[in-house]
Amino acid sequence: MTAPPLLEVRGLKKHFPITRGFLNRTVGQVRAVDGVDFTLAEGETLGLVGESGCGKTTAARCILRAIDPTGGEILYHTRDGRSVDLATAPAATLAGLRAEIQMVFQDPFGSLNPRMNLLDNVGEPLLVNGMKNRGERADRVAELLRLVGLRPEFMHRFPHAFSGGQRQRIGIARALATNPRLVVADEPVSALDVSVQAQVLNLLLELQARLGLTFLFVAHDLSVVRHICDRVAVMYVGRIVELAPTDRLFARPRHPYTAALMRAVPVADPRVKPGDGILRGEVPSPASPPSGCYFHPRCRHAQPRCTTEAPTLREVAAGHLSACHFAETLELAGA
Amino acid sequence: MPTEPLPPTDPLLSVRDLRVVFDLDEGQVRAVDGMSFDVAPGEVLGIVGESGCGKSVTMRAVLRLVDRPGRMAGGSLVFHRRTPAGEQPVDLATLAPRGAEMRAIRGAEIALIPQEPMAAFSPVHSVGSQIIEAIRLHDPGASKAEARNRTVELFRDVGISMPEQRVDAYSWQLSGGLRQRAMIAMALSCRPRLLIADEPTTAIDVTTQAQVLALLQDLRAKYNTAIIFITHDLGVIAQMTSRVVVMYLGRVMEQGPVDAIFHAPLHPYTRALLRSIPGLHGETRVALPVIAGSLPHPFNRPSGCPFHPRCPEATARCAQATPRLIEIQHGQQAACFLHHDAAEAETMR
Repeated sequence: MTAPPLLEVRGLKKHFPITRGFLNRTVGQVRAVDGVDFTLAEGETLGLVGESGCGKTTAARCILRAIDPTGGEILYHTRDGRSVDLATAPAATLAGLRAEIQMVFQDPFGSLNPRMNLLDNVGEPLLVNGMKNRGERADRVAELLRLVGLRPEFMHRFPHAFSGGQRQRIGIARALATNPRLVVADEPVSALDVSVQAQVLNLLLELQARLGLTFLFVAHDLSVVRHICDRVAVMYVGRIVELAPTDRLFARPRHPYTAALMRAVPVADPRVKPGDGILRGEVPSPASPPSGCYFHPRCRHAQPRCTTEAPTLREVAAGHLSACHFAETLELAGA
Repeated sequence: MPTEPLPPTDPLLSVRDLRVVFDLDEGQVRAVDGMSFDVAPGEVLGIVGESGCGKSVTMRAVLRLVDRPGRMAGGSLVFHRRTPAGEQPVDLATLAPRGAEMRAIRGAEIALIPQEPMAAFSPVHSVGSQIIEAIRLHDPGASKAEARNRTVELFRDVGISMPEQRVDAYSWQLSGGLRQRAMIAMALSCRPRLLIADEPTTAIDVTTQAQVLALLQDLRAKYNTAIIFITHDLGVIAQMTSRVVVMYLGRVMEQGPVDAIFHAPLHPYTRALLRSIPGLHGETRVALPVIAGSLPHPFNRPSGCPFHPRCPEATARCAQATPRLIEIQHGQQAACFLHHDAAEAETMR
């Protein structure tokens, strides 16, 4: 990874105010994303995993500027060599970059306009980006549908005529319409059946190889993330607790939360019995997180130090970052 | 014609040739097309299949909850009831869906854990009052105070902390995991002999899922409740069940002991399904094997074996005749001509 990264996220924060009463007084903050740092190299796939409410989707939406971050920098290196801070960029600058950064959504049923045929659904980003000629758009949409494994004649049909897997392909075609460099995929396969999920994962891998795409892949399913990502960042209550190359993360996790997540995944083999140590309790609320390390109330390796001192994310092995006081000494079992 | 092999003990529930159809304006959809399976007392049976294969409709049929435009078009559902005089078999298919007998069975002897606990609880009544209502409905002799004590006890059983306070909570005040525990408490409130868990952990996170699965296992051991576990998650199936039914387009493709299904699958569909899941082991960033084609449209059912258009091992015969489910190895049955002797195979339909 000698080339400059495509995206550098530094200290990203998104706090949502909690308001009460008639005057909407602010009585607290939900720290949905609370100081997240990572980089994304061109052509790589970074997985962002964690349980519901850990802030992974909020972080992704900040990067797309679907919502405005509370603080931090999101440095994006454009195709023509400029560096833009997406966190503070004005709307006009963002509009120029929308073509380069696209999104694939989770729900293949809710993310397509049911009143538009595929030509208009997939062609919408082209229209917005100045391709006014319908015939030209039709040619491009035909090409895109072929790219994602659908027949070009489908462009005159409406979304209801397609299955979940086909709709997800349509969503991917739309994301690719403007030749993006960065694609943010938020749980793109979690609404699909296993057999269809495999088809969509294969398509994403193939498209990446062909088009040199960079993916930020938000997911909760560790098996899927392991299959598709080069590196994985594990989030817990708004912070990254571990970030490492996929094979190293799964071979030897350096944070007790990552190890617990891996243990919790039921193995699709009746001869493999689950390891002991089910994680007790629940994910704390980001409005009132525990003191010290946010994970300490559920951690079986917790020491007195963990209740008072918040660990920082630091490099504990080459390219392997962990936010655990005892990352160097703990022997955690991988998958 | 050889008879169906009998399981070693008397089954608690015996489903034979169940058919459920939906009469729509555009035509008829055969959602369940001749399902047969048994559940033994105290066993955990897994039912796997992709969306639309009819697994949930089968369970609604067992509870006699299929609403129009759907209807039961045939088959028997023999369930062994607990009566003061001992066990008594009753064919649920012959009971009136809204009749007194079915209502006494539903909830009390066969209970359901639905997929979405948020939608299953009323938001304007406390979770406790809903469970108390269920207890008193099936046991009119129980006083309100008694039913409440039983509810608190149930909450403690399913691992809800501060049960005395949580009884008065509303479903929207509980987290996903607690809500699912409350749902399990409600399902167990009348000590059912059969629990139907329809994707009980699909809507919750993986660490919470691990807690709920462990809880279900403990409760099964404690009360000897049989569980039908419906899910598309093969990991959950492998860890939770002792026997597995694999469904495709409303029919049983294969059934057998969980170890045989995962380590010696007979049906090409089972094999394809198992291959297509990414695991925590194995090679990454390579194309996963996929099942060719896609699920056919419900109005467009293939002739013969429903899987034949997507089956890598299909022959001309598979398009013409429907293979029957027959025992291939001890306790393992498959509906596939690959495993049939030519002579005994055909039941032309």
